[in-house]
Amino acid sequence: MTEPVLEVAGLSVIFGNREPAVAGVSFAVEPGERVGLIGESGSGKSVTALAVMGLLPEQARTSGVVWLAGQPVLDRPDAELAALRGNRVSMIFQEPMTALDPTMKVGRQVAEVIGLHRRVARGQTRARVLEILDAVGLSGPARVANSYPHQLSGGQRQRVVVAMALVNTPDLVICDEPTTALDVTVQATVLSLLDSSLAEAGAGCLFISHDLAVVAQLCTRILVMLDGKIVEDAPLAQILAEPKHPYTRGLVATARIDQVPVGERLPTVADFWSRDGDVEEELR
Amino acid sequence: MTSVFTATSVSRLYGAGRNTVVGLDEINLAVETGERLGVVGESGSGKSTLIRLLAGLDRPTRGEVRFDGELISGRPEHQLGFLRQGVQIVFQDPRSSLNPRMRVGDIITEPLRSPLLRGRPGVPVDKAARLAEVLEQVGLPTDSGRRHPHEFSGGQRQRIALARALAPRPRVLIADEPVSALDVSVRSQVINLLNDLVAEQDLTLVFVSHDLTVVRHLCDRVAVLQSGRIVERGLTAEVYAEPQEPYTQSLLEAVPRLPDPS
Repeated sequence: MTEPVLEVAGLSVIFGNREPAVAGVSFAVEPGERVGLIGESGSGKSVTALAVMGLLPEQARTSGVVWLAGQPVLDRPDAELAALRGNRVSMIFQEPMTALDPTMKVGRQVAEVIGLHRRVARGQTRARVLEILDAVGLSGPARVANSYPHQLSGGQRQRVVVAMALVNTPDLVICDEPTTALDVTVQATVLSLLDSSLAEAGAGCLFISHDLAVVAQLCTRILVMLDGKIVEDAPLAQILAEPKHPYTRGLVATARIDQVPVGERLPTVADFWSRDGDVEEELR
Repeated sequence: MTSVFTATSVSRLYGAGRNTVVGLDEINLAVETGERLGVVGESGSGKSTLIRLLAGLDRPTRGEVRFDGELISGRPEHQLGFLRQGVQIVFQDPRSSLNPRMRVGDIITEPLRSPLLRGRPGVPVDKAARLAEVLEQVGLPTDSGRRHPHEFSGGQRQRIALARALAPRPRVLIADEPVSALDVSVRSQVINLLNDLVAEQDLTLVFVSHDLTVVRHLCDRVAVLQSGRIVERGLTAEVYAEPQEPYTQSLLEAVPRLPDPS
């Protein structure tokens, strides 16, 4: 059996004197596998992603093991990790406007990702940039390459970010709420783009979201995160058919409001699960 | 039925000359007393422009907007007290719509201290009593007033924004994407709360969203906006079941759904 592209074992992350943001998390992503990591705001899903990329702030204390593309990540010097990021592993963030440099033309930003990791003749870089922009469904790739981010729509910007994430054909793409800032229609096109691009590149994916319905469009396995722990890890079909943890049952119910008859009260997570004795938390 | 709002041939243009952008294009719309109207469309379709005009936060380039039959478009702010009391808004993101430096109690009672509203018939005079009342209505603990917005979760902050909107006893509530910045798991709680409040207090609701599945649970009528025009309108149940316009269909199909339980 081939080794997983990502292996996390007993990962904990602590900031200051607070409760651990991530508390003993273990999972793996096999080559080409798409895993969804879902949970509410503050459950620790983004911190997990940052830990995997070695992007945690310095004051974070970590323990456990993270293997990425066969190499350990935790406590590695940044220079060594930089060779990995954008090459074997790439990341797509929530807000495309902050992920792009507003003062640099889009084509140069994509070319930079290539140039950082590959020795390519100058003329070939340009060709590769136009090719990947075309592949992510941007019409008129030459015009887009010559545009600044603010001249593009939100959907176009997110396509550029997807292009940058995929241009070096990584083994793993980590997506942190990549469609949350987008309209439903743009979200639908970006999701289908991710679906086809990941399939074409044969890349695995760790897809982070609070929205089970979104995750279900792409992923085949789901990790449910709650208070820094993974409380359920199962194939999507099983999560939907027989969710085990009461919190997961709540998530499935709240993601299905299109099936609730009009006029009926919508199910909430609190109907299924609540933090013991903590009334305020139930209001979340 | 009497109309709360009427918008007649309303256009809103931005910029001038060759760079003119059409925000709204000759819109005609009436919102009746007690109805729940959903306004649906993509970013840039003009939904926020429309409710800003209804709420008197912006002026139309052409056409007129009336509230209770009285003209509001083009009138100076000091003449709009009746509108400010009658209509309150809840915005999309409670992180930016609540002042982080103010205590929640001061945030919620701020409309009661406004010179435009203070002393108007129907506006509560006892601020402490009204604060306790609205906190209870939105399901927040009674001691919330002493705390600051950052001490609350996203869903709780949207409850604070709702409490502030309810404080001056408005008859109309305008909600601009009030659940799209919230976790899906919190979304249904806020929708349930809105449903209860609108029913209990006989409010007229104008609810803006890009998500028709959410509108379906809150609104009996819906208007679909595209590029500044209303392209489809009708009963929500009918539009949801059989959308006539391809644009409405594409909005509906774009909503991510879980596979059917088998």
